[in-house]
Amino acid sequence: MLQLFDFYRAAMKQAILVQFQYRAANYFYMIGMIAEPIIYLAVWSVVAATQGGAVAGYDAGAFAAYYIVWTLVRNMNIVFTPYGWEQRIRSGELSGVLLRPLHPLHYDIAFFAGWKVVVIVLWLPIAAVLAWLFQPTLAPTWLEIAVFAVAIWGAFLIRMMFLWLLGLISFWTTRVAAIYELFFAFELFLSGRIAPLALFPDWVQTLADWLPFRWTFGFPIEALIGQLSLAGLLGGLAMQAFWIGLGLGLVTLVWRSALRRYTAVGG
Amino acid sequence: MSPNIPAIIVRDLVKTYEVPERDPGLLAAIRSLFRRRVRAIHAVSGVSFTIQPGEVVGFLGPNGAGKTTTLKMLTGLLHPTSGEALVFGYVPARREPDFLRRITLVMGNRNQLQWDLPALDSFELIRAIYRLPPAEFRATRDELIELLDVGDLVRKPVRNLSLGERMKMEIIGALLHRPQALFLDEPTLGLDVTMQRRIRAFVAEYNRRTGATVLLTSHYMADVEALCRRVIVIHHGRVLFDGPLSELVEQFAAYRKLIVTLAESGADLNAFGEVLAQDGLRYTLRVPKAMAPAVTARLLAEAPVADLMVEEPPIDDVIEQVFAVSNPL
Repeated sequence: MLQLFDFYRAAMKQAILVQFQYRAANYFYMIGMIAEPIIYLAVWSVVAATQGGAVAGYDAGAFAAYYIVWTLVRNMNIVFTPYGWEQRIRSGELSGVLLRPLHPLHYDIAFFAGWKVVVIVLWLPIAAVLAWLFQPTLAPTWLEIAVFAVAIWGAFLIRMMFLWLLGLISFWTTRVAAIYELFFAFELFLSGRIAPLALFPDWVQTLADWLPFRWTFGFPIEALIGQLSLAGLLGGLAMQAFWIGLGLGLVTLVWRSALRRYTAVGG
Repeated sequence: MSPNIPAIIVRDLVKTYEVPERDPGLLAAIRSLFRRRVRAIHAVSGVSFTIQPGEVVGFLGPNGAGKTTTLKMLTGLLHPTSGEALVFGYVPARREPDFLRRITLVMGNRNQLQWDLPALDSFELIRAIYRLPPAEFRATRDELIELLDVGDLVRKPVRNLSLGERMKMEIIGALLHRPQALFLDEPTLGLDVTMQRRIRAFVAEYNRRTGATVLLTSHYMADVEALCRRVIVIHHGRVLFDGPLSELVEQFAAYRKLIVTLAESGADLNAFGEVLAQDGLRYTLRVPKAMAPAVTARLLAEAPVADLMVEEPPIDDVIEQVFAVSNPL
């Protein structure tokens, strides 16, 4: 366990060093990502104004808080892309990875976790500027801050597991783009990315509760902006733990089978 | 490992790939949706050999002979279709961590170094992956840096290194865990002659210092001649020859080269053999191996010979001859 911790420390350090090499590019990338939530924020602020100042409990200040926190959660959501698997297989990179006495999932988690540390540091000034511009209503309690701090990592892990699972399809077929796009379309609507889930019909919210997407996006945001009760906060963390566990189990199972296929057909 | 127990045992190893194929054209494409046609490619067809600990063996064959497929089966990257492979008693396909800690595979497209960082940073990650004690890691790293004479290059970002320098860093990265078996797949490919020579010397020295078992594929016969006393020649997935390099030359070299220097001009040496080259009074003749002693005797008796040398043909020619003999076309 101690040796695994040593590996995570070394891999995260390497990721931080790599990301600092590209600090300017990282910054521009993050700034570019702000366009999407600002559009959502502008649209929903107008809708709220036309509906007497609030929609489903969200007023302009709450929307601003939601979409500013959104920018960090979105960055925490970035993990190894399923499109990257084809390249890993074709370039022979996977063969190199398989020669190591360590499951490659550890490397991906550690590398992206290191990247997230850089992202969080870079995000703070962006959040400050956005807060100054849009005046969010944000007064979290210490408990909400603590749950948020855990939940963003939980979100990262759930998404890592499920995008890994998607990527593993590449071992069976190369025509996977359509499957990925379908996944991303569901995720867009059922995660809280396009709008807070409270704005959707009840049946959508119920559906979202039973799928992993909400726990990777809407839940951490709602936790920080004060939309959840104590039961909602702790229940959300429990749901995250459940999806991480399920994802890990599925990854372990599918990986074994994918590896058998890879080693059977060539590398 | 006891010297009596082979480090590598390969018995009747077979690897067959099934490759989908179809005729060109739209109609064939539609037909392939309903009836998939596959063709079996026999990459390795019953290869057997054993390698003792500490041996350095050259694994030779033309492109597509099955060399890399065999190496991949021995390192656990491919499951054999049938047959058996054992490396230090481990079944490679099971990819047990203890097995992976004892081997390494160096191949052209293996890229374990972070492009944007100095190699030293990547070495540190490799230390953590292989759980190497820090003091032991530093000693091995510094020893390898010295052996490969890379000095301060380890502090330069990998993207700023030349191909040869990068290859050296890859080799260091692949050996930091002091593997007991080295599978080297074209380790000098694309490198200049000086760099090739340095890597050859390094492999020989590594083998001498650590007693590691080495199985090497290379298209450069200079690599094989410098490093391997034993060669395994494979073609169409089958072993054609397994034995000392000298025996391969003896068995397959169909001719000898006679380098004759005459004392005076005027003699016609075409009667003695095929004249390959002439430079003033120095002639290079090619004669069938069986006739070499008789031709040498005749030359000495009938021509004004000032000097005469009998040479084996270059190893590349011998290998070419091996493949020609085995190829029915």
